[in-house]
Amino acid sequence: MTESRSSSSGPLIIAGLVVLLLILHQDNWFWENKTLVFGFLPIGLFWHACLSLAAAATWFLATKIAWPVDDPTGPGKPLAREQAKHDSSEEAV
Amino acid sequence: MEWHRGLPQLIIILLYLSLLLLLGLFSSRLFKGTKEDYQVASHSIGPFLLLMSMFGTTMTAFALVGSSGEAFKEGIGVYGMLASSSGIVHSLCFFVIGVKVWKLARRNGYTTQIEFFRDRLGSDFIGLLLFPILVGLIIPYLLVGVISAGSVVQSLTAGLAPDVGMFQAINADGSINPALDGGIPAWLGSLMICIVVLIYVFFGGMRGTTWANTFQTLVFMILGVVTFYVIANRLGGQDGFVANLRALAESVPDDKVTRVEMGKTKFFTYLLIPLSVGMFPHLFQHWMTAKSSNSFKLAVVCHPIFIMIVWVPCVLVGVWATGSLAADVVPPGINPNTVLAFLVKTQTGQILGGFLAAGILAAIMSSLDSQFLSIGTIFSNDIYCHYSRKANLSDQQQVFLTRMFIIGIVAVTYLLSLANQTSVFALGVWCFSGFSALFPIVFAALYWRGLSAAGAISGVFAAIISWGTLFYHGTQTPGGLRAFKLEVPLGGENYEIMPVVVMVLTCLVTTVVVSWVTPKPTPERLAKFFDPR
Repeated sequence: MTESRSSSSGPLIIAGLVVLLLILHQDNWFWENKTLVFGFLPIGLFWHACLSLAAAATWFLATKIAWPVDDPTGPGKPLAREQAKHDSSEEAV
Repeated sequence: MEWHRGLPQLIIILLYLSLLLLLGLFSSRLFKGTKEDYQVASHSIGPFLLLMSMFGTTMTAFALVGSSGEAFKEGIGVYGMLASSSGIVHSLCFFVIGVKVWKLARRNGYTTQIEFFRDRLGSDFIGLLLFPILVGLIIPYLLVGVISAGSVVQSLTAGLAPDVGMFQAINADGSINPALDGGIPAWLGSLMICIVVLIYVFFGGMRGTTWANTFQTLVFMILGVVTFYVIANRLGGQDGFVANLRALAESVPDDKVTRVEMGKTKFFTYLLIPLSVGMFPHLFQHWMTAKSSNSFKLAVVCHPIFIMIVWVPCVLVGVWATGSLAADVVPPGINPNTVLAFLVKTQTGQILGGFLAAGILAAIMSSLDSQFLSIGTIFSNDIYCHYSRKANLSDQQQVFLTRMFIIGIVAVTYLLSLANQTSVFALGVWCFSGFSALFPIVFAALYWRGLSAAGAISGVFAAIISWGTLFYHGTQTPGGLRAFKLEVPLGGENYEIMPVVVMVLTCLVTTVVVSWVTPKPTPERLAKFFDPR
């Protein structure tokens, strides 16, 4: 995965997947379906449990292709004192 | 060996609370004496502790008790309405709001939301406006926790001392309440929980809170799954766990394994409720504890899975309680919120009952501690230190102040919990709606350069006026606050929607329109928060 792909298309892919999750969340197609998956799990519950797993997979992908990278030269560049304090606290840990 | 009724539960509860106290006191040995260490653990929390503390903070007793109770009433649809929606939206908030706000706060030195908003908007008034709203919305949430803790301790220790006057549970009509009689009185249980939480928050600060949350989250997750396994095997009456699951599922009426009685638009609009985590002050403070932005990754990914692990078993137990196999066990007319505790008491031993009580208390306390610490921090940083004429208070003085405010808020919450035991429960979803209503403001503050101070202030007023208006209507309707929904007529049909839709839209439209027509923040101020174009 190149840096440019990560910074440009990554967030768009994640945004698209989140919209898809929200659409799939409204599962009108299983509203009155009483099928038991594996013989014990109502299909409406099974679908939404799968959706929880799909959400985790989406967020895992987000950490790979859309995670904001720390940029010390970005807005509100940290004060030197604050940065030094941060560095020393991290070293202590 | 025959135990005295209620005694094993009491012993396990006391052991559990002692463990928490030890954990809090041990964590205080690592306290560095600074305000930053007390309020945000010196920004030292790594991925695992951040995941557990954030999950524990967002999951209340409702995750165990309320989920099974709601499933008992409404069927399996509650998982989609309350849990899978949270799995998507909570992580979205952690990712879109939490990580971004953490980076800005680390650069600019914020600990509380109010510090962030004051600086972002260049307005002192926004702090004065948000302060009573945030505190006002969180107090009922705290009350629900404190009252629930007392009720759980009382119901699960029932039978302990029925002959002692103060332990007797008398109904309004003068009869004995057998489900509670002889248990530790609710006021004493609540007091016990408040004191334990106060001690470990007082001494351990954010580090103690984070450690306690991690421990408590593990406790309630494991006990939830164990309880599910034991109840399934006892209630199913078959040989083998899977055979029991199948028998129980087949015994449940059709309306509980489907969503025939649940409105589709209500289900859809419930998606806005979990946006509340974007504005929870206690969660904001947990975000500030992260060692780096990468610490958020594990929490963002695992949060939906953890919700599933806790909620799916509880929802299944709730719907099983409506089935034919539970018909001889669950009495008709039972209070839905007592279904889980009732099944534990009747289907499992006293020891597991004690552990479940510890699990429910864990879920309650893992939210209470963060909320107490957060309100103490807001009072100290945003009100006293901000407006105090005594400039340059030392770290020790600020830690002392935060601790004093924490004692004050615990005392006030406890006293309020004694005054009103029932009506506060209906406020739960309204508190969440109030926080959700403010979501457009935090989102705009992070992603829209055009947000002006006037726009944000108007948005807060719009959110709170719409909340107040709908709240008033809710109290005037026959079903009360709990059942209040709006109906939107469209194409000859009425669609049921949650009041939160109106609150969020009112805040959003007002914020955008007022920001468009009022002076924008200066370029210097925007440069602190946004990358150059």
